[in-house]
Amino acid sequence: MKLFLDLWTLVGVLVGAFFFFAGTVGLLRFPDSLTRLHALSKADNLGLGLVVLGLLPQVDSVAAGIKLIGIWLLVLLSGATASQWIARTLRQSGPGP
Amino acid sequence: MAEFLVGAAAFILAMVALGLIRILRGPGDADRIMAAQLLGTGGIAAVLLLGAASGEAATADVALTLALLAAFAAFAFVKAKLGQAIGESRPTDSQ
Repeated sequence: MKLFLDLWTLVGVLVGAFFFFAGTVGLLRFPDSLTRLHALSKADNLGLGLVVLGLLPQVDSVAAGIKLIGIWLLVLLSGATASQWIARTLRQSGPGP
Repeated sequence: MAEFLVGAAAFILAMVALGLIRILRGPGDADRIMAAQLLGTGGIAAVLLLGAASGEAATADVALTLALLAAFAAFAFVKAKLGQAIGESRPTDSQ
């Protein structure tokens, strides 16, 4: 059981770290701001989400696990809202599509 | 397990640090705030990983505070950006 839980953490954290890598590469390499915003959302939602999912077997209590999920939900909600607003500033200041 | 978690935290921090190049290059303010957002999210992930590695429960509170600050930073940017006159060109926006 311990081995299975450790394996779960290993896979979750590794895939999460890969999405952070993908987010950084997208932020640096994508051609315009809106596609970069798309790459950033991947790192926010999937990267942090998979890291949290991977860390869940390592926490001591149920309350600590719920707190981890709460942090992820806060990042999800604020990230999604902020992305909409940042896209709105891009649309209003830059040349339209 | 702890070594792996610390290694993953270091990797994520290195990735986020690479992303900060976007703050240098711009070109717009929105690109810069995006890199700062990535720093916020990556910082949260790194703090959570380090907390799991050391067994310190209080790091979750640090991560929660970081999440709140990243959200405030983004909304402060949007408020400043949408508050100014639209269509006005600024010296920092070279493109």
